[in-house]
Amino acid sequence: MSIKKLGEQTLKYKKPPIINSYYSIVGPKEGKGPLGKYFDMVLDDDLIGQKSWEKAERKMMFDASINAIKKSKFKVTDIDFFIAGDLLNQIISSSFAAKDLQIPFLGIYGACSTFCQGLIFGSVLIDGGFANNVLVATSSHFCTAERQYRYPLELGNQRPPTSQWTVTGSGAVVLSNSGKGLKVTYSTLGKILDFGLKDPNDMGSAMAPAAAHTIIQHFKDTGFTPKDYDLIVTGDLGVIGKDIASEIISNQEYDISNVFSDCGTMIFTPSQDTHSGGSGCACSAVVSCGYIFREMEKGIFTRVLIVATGAMLSKASYLQGESIPCIANAVTIESK
Amino acid sequence: MDYLMAFVVGGLICVIGQILMDSTKLTPAHVLVLFVTSGAILSGLGIYNKLISIGGAGATIPLPGFGHSLVQGTIQDIKQIGILGVFTGGLKATAAGISSAVLFGYIMALLFNPSRK
Repeated sequence: MSIKKLGEQTLKYKKPPIINSYYSIVGPKEGKGPLGKYFDMVLDDDLIGQKSWEKAERKMMFDASINAIKKSKFKVTDIDFFIAGDLLNQIISSSFAAKDLQIPFLGIYGACSTFCQGLIFGSVLIDGGFANNVLVATSSHFCTAERQYRYPLELGNQRPPTSQWTVTGSGAVVLSNSGKGLKVTYSTLGKILDFGLKDPNDMGSAMAPAAAHTIIQHFKDTGFTPKDYDLIVTGDLGVIGKDIASEIISNQEYDISNVFSDCGTMIFTPSQDTHSGGSGCACSAVVSCGYIFREMEKGIFTRVLIVATGAMLSKASYLQGESIPCIANAVTIESK
Repeated sequence: MDYLMAFVVGGLICVIGQILMDSTKLTPAHVLVLFVTSGAILSGLGIYNKLISIGGAGATIPLPGFGHSLVQGTIQDIKQIGILGVFTGGLKATAAGISSAVLFGYIMALLFNPSRK
């Protein structure tokens, strides 16, 4: 009998895991954005002196992880498990970072929903009594994502107006069953939704229904309403997707307009010419680990619903003319 | 006057490309293939030559001009050597363009790293 499950898709943790520490690293462009001063480390050079963008991305994830562990005052050996994922084929950023960390590793893939997916799995391990401390991390990099999902930078292609800019960065969190800090209290696992949209240059529109559905289901499962939250923030719907999700949610009689935001629209200013905003695993991760958690510790927000959204396509599925199946995973973070 | 017309014709061809990029779901690859095949078809119909006489380099340099070279080269070779010209003519006419693209592209890749925009 699943005693910690609420309704159809939500988990309620019996002893909410604590966010012991967190660390965010971003590239230069993100550092120049509106949230620049919130990040722990802003890189001067997103190649970080490495020989390839891929090497730079895994270094970011490793550095974010090690620094999160340092902040937690634990040793690397105190961390029971490492849960991580990224956008690259076979999640190589995560597995190569795990190689250097030497912590038992669980690789996950949720596209841009990976950050919340990781927090969910980490929280389950802790609340289930399987671990004391779990490290959760994710990363993304503009240059590696372009090479893999669209075109290598060498081609010098134009980006269409609806496209989003993959955030270069990494966010890492140490979850614990002891200590003081923000708590992960609920999680809603999403279902894959696909409304037949096929344009990989407009993922915001494709992901909006999944985000809306997870938020609505979260309310139904828990009995919460928009009034119970200071902030409901999606991962990377961007400007266009956010409007679509708002509409779907208000059609279900929930008005989240006062508290609704999107990490993709928060991380860059329009003048940075990113077209539809930021995306990538790191988008929700660094905005959470940089801005949201800090503001919660200051008391600006007390209850936040983070809804990371993922487009679960591959290069092959796109070339074969398939539409884009999407998912959204949500976690409730509380400061009290 | 030649320079002005080259500017106008070349520019208009590129404007069409930009409109396709901004207002349709066509990818850069789609636009590239569309331009080459359009040039080839217009060339076969004898229309592209007229555009070249108006716009000069403004019509030969952009990609439809490449499609035009492919078709004209094929026609030439068929006249000279017969049916095998279907296979040989296009590449013969565009050999300089293709080889320089490969060579200069390779040299640039050796000398420079890509920019992240």
